[in-house]
Amino acid sequence: MLRNLLKSVTTRNLRCSIKNNGVTTNFVNQRSIAPLSTTELALKEEKVKVTFVLYDGKKLETEAKVGDTLLDVVVNNDLNIEGYGACEGTLTCSTCHVVLKKQDYDRLPEEACDEERDMLDLAYGLTDTSRLGCQITLTKDMDGLEVKVPETINDARS
Amino acid sequence: MRPKMTYKLLKRALSTSSYRSRPQVCIVGAGPAGFYAAMHLTKKLESVNIDILEKLPVPFGLIRYGVAPDHPEVKNVINQFTKVAQQPNVNFYGNITLGKDVHLHQLRQHYDAVLLSYGAEEDKTLGIENEDATNVVAARRFVGWYNGLPCDKDFKVDLSGRTAVILGQGNVALDVARILLMPIDELKKTDITEHALSALSESKLKEVYLVGRRGPLQVAFTIKELREQLKLKNCRTIWNEKDFIGVEKIVPDLPRPRKRLTELMLKSLNENQTVTDDDQIKYFKPVFFRSPNKFLVDKNNQLTGIELTCTKLVGDKLEEQRCVPTEEKDVINCDLAFRSIGYKSVQADKDLILKHGVVENNKGIVEDSAGLGKLYVAGWLGTGPVGVILHTMGNAFQVAKVMLENLNSIDSYNKGGFTEIKKIISENNSNVIDWGGWEKIDKYEKEQGKLKGKPREKVCSVEKMIEIAQK
Ligand SMILES: Cc1cc2nc3c(=O)[nH]c(=O)nc-3n(C[C@H](O)[C@H](O)[C@H](O)COP(=O)(O)OP(=O)(O)OC[C@H]3O[C@@H](n4cnc5c(N)ncnc54)[C@H](O)[C@@H]3O)c2cc1C
Ligand SMILES: NC(=O)c1ccc[n+]([C@@H]2O[C@H](COP(=O)([O-])OP(=O)(O)OC[C@H]3O[C@@H](n4cnc5c(N)ncnc54)[C@H](OP(=O)(O)O)[C@@H]3O)[C@@H](O)[C@H]2O)c1
Ligand code: FES
Repeated sequence: MLRNLLKSVTTRNLRCSIKNNGVTTNFVNQRSIAPLSTTELALKEEKVKVTFVLYDGKKLETEAKVGDTLLDVVVNNDLNIEGYGACEGTLTCSTCHVVLKKQDYDRLPEEACDEERDMLDLAYGLTDTSRLGCQITLTKDMDGLEVKVPETINDARS
Repeated sequence: MRPKMTYKLLKRALSTSSYRSRPQVCIVGAGPAGFYAAMHLTKKLESVNIDILEKLPVPFGLIRYGVAPDHPEVKNVINQFTKVAQQPNVNFYGNITLGKDVHLHQLRQHYDAVLLSYGAEEDKTLGIENEDATNVVAARRFVGWYNGLPCDKDFKVDLSGRTAVILGQGNVALDVARILLMPIDELKKTDITEHALSALSESKLKEVYLVGRRGPLQVAFTIKELREQLKLKNCRTIWNEKDFIGVEKIVPDLPRPRKRLTELMLKSLNENQTVTDDDQIKYFKPVFFRSPNKFLVDKNNQLTGIELTCTKLVGDKLEEQRCVPTEEKDVINCDLAFRSIGYKSVQADKDLILKHGVVENNKGIVEDSAGLGKLYVAGWLGTGPVGVILHTMGNAFQVAKVMLENLNSIDSYNKGGFTEIKKIISENNSNVIDWGGWEKIDKYEKEQGKLKGKPREKVCSVEKMIEIAQK
């Protein structure tokens, strides 16, 4: 019992901090700055609705904090998406692959950086509107966002 | 009064809490495939009991002993595996080797399902002349050595020469190149073993070749790893322009991953490629269209160079083009050579049949004979030694799904599981290490690391691990 309790407390909540050989790489700085970042503090408490649609059609709908990444949303709400976020948002696993609707993809304030694209290139079912969930930070105007979580297997390769 | 009570207790013991009422699953090998399968099974079948048997006293397979020390982020997945292992119905039993301490038929006798996920722990050889020469080494052993794999702790590598050649152009080859070329101060901050750190700090290597038998469009390494190599401090990459003839023209038609990877190579090719006399600078030199023909040695059987056969490509589909030899030969003089052409699985148990280095299977199912627990395979042992953790994960989930269907169709569970296996094992091995034992080793390693300003200092001897775990 106690062990179970402890376990649930240790659930981590790591924000994307990309480290390379102990040195923080600079591409984070190169990204376009989110237009809403100046009001970040005020937005902290705001909630939006996010839906993850699994490959088998099952929908996981949840409330999420503005300012959280999609990976945070999965972890904080204990969403049952198997294996999601293996590297805890450090851009080294691509298990957090999601597919967005074209209009949502185009609206995202930040484009995928080279390092994110590098990881996406390993994912199964890569599409033109694919992103890594750990790199998508929720803003207020993303309320109602719906993303697909593709299957992690590919018969041709396994 | 008394006999009645005893009967009641006995009945309760048999019907509810007893192991005999649960599906018993045995997983052999505590690498990613084993843990991901356990993750899926415990999620979908609450009543299941899973015993993970592992040859080493410590878990995580190639996450601990393969993934490069300067890639700590990749190892975060250990946190997910730890959660799996901490569930009450999952047991880790380390220091048990299939084929030695226990046999496959015994496992199948006492479990409803047995999943083999013991990976691929040998490496492929080239089968060419003088492969046994001094200073021709397996990349796999070098990796095991810098990562603290117990069987490789006494491995010797001579870094006193100027030139090293790596044969093969996969991600393991790039790991080896990066560790050889990386500034030592950066390595010091990682969990690389102390013995490797001290040897690498004495290294005199100036240049490292990365030799491929096919062309730039067929490299096996991936873009993230190349980008990292190209960004390495105090290291310059020198490509051979001739290798890229005609490549630029093809780029627009390539699928996205291959396209981006090729573009990155072309970009680097067009950057500064000059050699300087700066002492600090080291050189990374990929070469293509060269197939190893023989190792050249001196009279002491010491490596002096590699003779390569120049190749050309045939076939239609770019990625599947094969190389065929031409008349031309080339020689690279070198002091050290790494063979990095892939891993290979071993036959751990005499009842297993391996074909082309993998246990043959159909969607993970190996065998299904009446009366015995069903046999499955997942991870590199079943897919061959290819793919990153993501791909191993996908495969393990897929196999676990198949296992689940079969487990659900069993009418009554009456297998003895580890209670029975323990009797067999304790005859010749009394040092089974459980999860608590691993936690002690983990704690000890982190403490030792702290003293040296590293995340951990791995214990490299099995005896010492056992001693710490049993304290
Ligand atoms: C050098 C190297 C670096 C890598 N780096 C990365 C990386 O950075 N990122 C990435 O995504 N992927 C990486 N990979 C790939 C990744 O490691 C594999 O996809 C994955 O580990 C395969 O998992 P597995 O469970 O099949 O095998 P393994 O990880 O090999 O696990 C097998 C386990 O079985 C145990 N075992 C062996 N024989 C027996 C026996 N007879 N009885 C009981 N137990 C036994 C072993 O000790 C081991 O713990 C790397 C691979 C290598 C070789
Ligand atoms: N950072 C990471 O993510 C990471 C790190 C390490 C490993 N891994 C993964 O682990 C897997 C195994 O890696 P790996 O590097 O061992 O294997 P690999 O990716 O299969 O690469 C093997 C290399 O050896 C060459 N080769 C094979 N046989 C040869 C021969 N007889 N002569 C000359 N060259 C030969 C291959 O060339 P051909 O293509 O011509 O056969 C290829 O370049 C890969 O999927 C890899 O991505 C990932
Ligand atoms: S969580 Fe690993 S890449 Fe996003």
